[in-house]
Amino acid sequence: MEYMIDIALIALSAALINNFVLYYFVGICPFIGVSRRVDMAVGMGCAVTFVISIAALISWSITTFVLMPGAPLSCWIAGFFVSGETAARIDLSILSYIVYIFAISASVQFVEMYVRKFFPPLYKSFGVFLPLITTNCAILFACLTIMSHVAGVDNPAERWDLGRALALAFFGGVGFTIAIVIMAGIREELDLCDIPAPFQGAAITLIVGGILALAFMGFTGVDNGLRNALTQRAPAAVYTAVDPAHVNSNRSIDSETFYLQAVVS
Amino acid sequence: MATQPNAAERFAQGILPENPVYRQLLGLCPTLAVTNGLKAALTMAGAVAFVLLCANVMTSLIRNLLKPHLRIVVFTLTIATFVTIADRFLAAYMYQMSKTLGPYIPLIIVNCIIICRCEVCASKQSPITAAADALGQSIGFGLALCSIAAVRELLGTGMIAGVRLLPAAWPDWGVMILPPGAFLTFGLLLGLVNWLSRSKK
Repeated sequence: MEYMIDIALIALSAALINNFVLYYFVGICPFIGVSRRVDMAVGMGCAVTFVISIAALISWSITTFVLMPGAPLSCWIAGFFVSGETAARIDLSILSYIVYIFAISASVQFVEMYVRKFFPPLYKSFGVFLPLITTNCAILFACLTIMSHVAGVDNPAERWDLGRALALAFFGGVGFTIAIVIMAGIREELDLCDIPAPFQGAAITLIVGGILALAFMGFTGVDNGLRNALTQRAPAAVYTAVDPAHVNSNRSIDSETFYLQAVVS
Repeated sequence: MATQPNAAERFAQGILPENPVYRQLLGLCPTLAVTNGLKAALTMAGAVAFVLLCANVMTSLIRNLLKPHLRIVVFTLTIATFVTIADRFLAAYMYQMSKTLGPYIPLIIVNCIIICRCEVCASKQSPITAAADALGQSIGFGLALCSIAAVRELLGTGMIAGVRLLPAAWPDWGVMILPPGAFLTFGLLLGLVNWLSRSKK
């Protein structure tokens, strides 16, 4: 039960609250460039969701078994060359960026060949976007987030398993699709509007994106509230987690200050 | 085939006429993400400048060995190597700043500016031209980043790089240092730049 709540909250957070595009600014290039028509945006979103899930699977496996300090596979291999104690301390995480980007390029190539061979209609609908995705920051960002939750935690019990990693990646992709489709819908309408010449194109898209980001800020804190409601703890626990000093002095701390504190810390 | 611009032209083009952010709309991810303070923006610009310079020179040195179908992979792996160096350097000497910038330092790997410069300039021209091009583009990128960061930090906190400029009575526009402020500031500044360059013609 606890595990399912965790997965659900990771998914909700990745898709809406900390939306990849509107909160972390990754994948802005297709957001500005591709999002002119709704059907193109849906195709791009599906392609990204597909690739991001595969990249998450690969990067989670590589991090857990090879790159992490004391990872089983690299320790086992190192055991043939050095003594057991030295082998247990082996840490390949310095190679992580190079390995991730290589894994992403390879998986994009592989997905493209596979889809072209076995699903020609699917390839026709989003195949053209696939090569572009290699340099989409959203994919690498998902890999890095997963890495920070696998290799970057001190307590082994908090380490993410494959289910959490896949939930983050898949729903991050869904969030990307939501943002890019909403944007494409607005831009189709914007084409009919009389926009001042200097603002045509990217500038008005960015301003509309800002208003969208403002709307998505309304979801802030939903995950904490939901977690408390589901695990039936006292509502005050939300503030305790952020800043214990505020619980007694100022119970009615307004949501913006709370949000600012979360950002600053 | 048109002749390639020389080193001085490449340098001058990068700063304003072909500014990577305002003109080519490349590298928007760090432009929006790390511009909530001037210090973070300067660090980011420095890191990008280092990676761009090294990657451009390296690509230019090996340009005769590149196979066309593998060049993008070679570019990305070259960039990833230098990004790892920059990331470790920041973690060692500016730990707090590297925490603030978080995943955006490794995300330099997929920054379109660097791949674009490797493709357009470094894979065709000599190392000196490539270095001049990298410097020009980095200065242009740094200027763009600082302009956005200065506006956001000033309106959001009343301070620039920790020095208070607006009177204490200024109601801090908290939204400016949050994600929506990045979109709004950059959109308005982009419109302003377009308007200024149109009226100059």
